[in-house]
Amino acid sequence: MANLNINIGDLQLKNPVMTASGTFGYGTEYSDFMDISRIGGIIVKGTTLRERQGNPYPRLAETPSGMLNAVGLQNKGVDYFVNNIYPTIKDVDTNVIVNVSGSEVSDYVATAEKLNGLDKIPAIELNISCPNVKEGGMAFGTSCVSAVQVVGAVRKVYKKTLIVKLSPNVTDITEIARAVEAEGADSVSLINTLLGMAIDAKRRKPVLSTITGGLSGPAVKPVALRMVWQVAKAVKVPVIGLGGIMTATDAIEFMLAGASAIQIGTANFIDPAVCVKVIEGIESYLNDNNFSSVKDIIGALEV
Amino acid sequence: MKKFILDLIVKENVRVNKQYVLLILTADEALPPMLPGQFVEVKVENSPNTFLRRPISINYVDYKKNELWLLVQIVGDGTLKMSELKENDSVNLILPLGNTFTLPEKKDSKILLVGGGVGTAPLLYLGAYLKENGYPCSFLLGGRSKDNLLQLCDFESIGEVLATTEDGSFGEKGFVTQHSVLNKIKFDAIYTCGPTPMMKAVAEYAKRTNTFCEVSLENTMACGIGACLCCVTDTTEGHVCVCTEGPVFNIEKLKW
Ligand SMILES: Cc1cc2nc3c(=O)[nH]c(=O)nc-3n(C[C@H](O)[C@H](O)[C@H](O)COP(=O)(O)OP(=O)(O)OC[C@H]3O[C@@H](n4cnc5c(N)ncnc54)[C@H](O)[C@@H]3O)c2cc1C
Ligand SMILES: Cc1cc2nc3c(=O)[nH]c(=O)nc-3n(C[C@H](O)[C@H](O)[C@H](O)COP(=O)(O)O)c2cc1C
Ligand code: FES
Repeated sequence: MANLNINIGDLQLKNPVMTASGTFGYGTEYSDFMDISRIGGIIVKGTTLRERQGNPYPRLAETPSGMLNAVGLQNKGVDYFVNNIYPTIKDVDTNVIVNVSGSEVSDYVATAEKLNGLDKIPAIELNISCPNVKEGGMAFGTSCVSAVQVVGAVRKVYKKTLIVKLSPNVTDITEIARAVEAEGADSVSLINTLLGMAIDAKRRKPVLSTITGGLSGPAVKPVALRMVWQVAKAVKVPVIGLGGIMTATDAIEFMLAGASAIQIGTANFIDPAVCVKVIEGIESYLNDNNFSSVKDIIGALEV
Repeated sequence: MKKFILDLIVKENVRVNKQYVLLILTADEALPPMLPGQFVEVKVENSPNTFLRRPISINYVDYKKNELWLLVQIVGDGTLKMSELKENDSVNLILPLGNTFTLPEKKDSKILLVGGGVGTAPLLYLGAYLKENGYPCSFLLGGRSKDNLLQLCDFESIGEVLATTEDGSFGEKGFVTQHSVLNKIKFDAIYTCGPTPMMKAVAEYAKRTNTFCEVSLENTMACGIGACLCCVTDTTEGHVCVCTEGPVFNIEKLKW
């Protein structure tokens, strides 16, 4: 039996499969469908310093092989998370990781500080790439200067594993990846959603309340794969790959391109039990191809 | 309530009219408990542009025959592919999803179920459930013409059926909110599902007459289980998910 363990900084994953923020709630939404403790890591909803109502409805547009969303980081704020949600999920026997967002550097820092004290949260994922909030969000992730600012400031207060989630809406994603690595990020995850748009020709109106939104699902996979490949060559820290993963084969492709772990997002909506299927599929692939460890396929693309 | 991902078998696909089919689904194992107002998320096969599952109301559950009924209106390719399902085809569903209607305390309450178009779908199961629990109810169904009034026989077997049609071909002529019964009887509870303008008019009537009223909303959905936050509606408590806090809402909670 192949060994599926992976380390990301100090974070120990029982397998390389994680869930993508904003697509898996707090994990418990899926517990009727599978044993969620089998998942390597559960990345919960985007959390901000203060409560956010998010964007108005409609927030969703279906696209060929994907979807656009404009949720806009709706959440009840970090204090609510600490007091009300954390107690209900802290005993899930896997890594629960909080995705952190903000509109100012000080928001990110204050949120990270509050999460640093939680025993059962071994890592945070810094979202500097949300395309759905006006003030900040993606703005931090699209310039090296601001990415460096926010990651540097959070690194000073956050002592555990720090993952930085990158935006694909940039000219050269490797520049940003190198910049955040230099600021002490333990890992980078990519990609967040691609900025897109949908129009209702009949009504001559945009479909989304925010006009533009974030594209996810199989439609973005080739772009994500290319970016993971580029970033994995550019940085030394482990890369977490995501974007359009629906099957174990998709996940394996990301690992061959250089990802040490992967996340599953939109696919959870189509098949709420997909995560365990991907874990099992990766395991069979390793066994069938005589790999003793999943680490053997990281960056193993033959070119 | 525990949710399941199930492969059900098409027992029968009944063509109701040009725009509607009734899918009667069954399974080898006993169907799980489901409540009126709840819905299922259907996985559509062979439709390249249908990426997400499609939410469909539970139209009726016959536990004796182990049947789940879905009434489907063909509006796009997803519902078209559903309408083309054949006997013995398998269809993948997530169920049961969402909340249910709040039943009145008193069994002798005067209850009215108001539906229009495909919105009558959840009212059949609600009516049957009310009857089974000892609550008599009346239905007020609206449509453009008699052809648009669906499952009339099924509704009639449960309770009194009142109707309005825009062309006057059945029941009173006009919209449901113009039906004379609303001026004659003071109802204790009204449950409604249908096009938004209809539900808003019913809600307005209920507010004016100080009547308890619940509506069933149909927002676009991705996950159906409260994970994506795409399906929100604005309420007195802020944005809440229609798929978990709803689809059934008390009108006092909505910002209508
Ligand atoms: C809780 C809930 C219960 C529902 N119950 C039923 C039911 O019992 N029977 C039934 O036939 N339909 C029901 N619907 C609506 C159904 O989900 C949509 O009609 C379906 O998703 C359309 O899919 P499609 O691929 O055929 O059309 P699409 O190609 O997705 O859309 C075709 C057209 O229909 C419109 N449309 C899409 N979704 C909706 C929606 N949710 N409400 C109104 N218009 C929409 C689109 O704007 C577009 O103009 C329900 C929806 C919800 C949220
Ligand atoms: C409905 C929805 C909500 C999302 N919310 C967040 C979020 O709060 N924080 C974040 O970093 N990414 C968020 N994302 C992006 C996903 O985590 C992921 O990066 C993206 O969807 C690409 O992966 P996928 O194609 O597997 O879904 C969201 C995506 C979707 C579809
Ligand atoms: S459809 Fe995903 S939260 Fe309601």
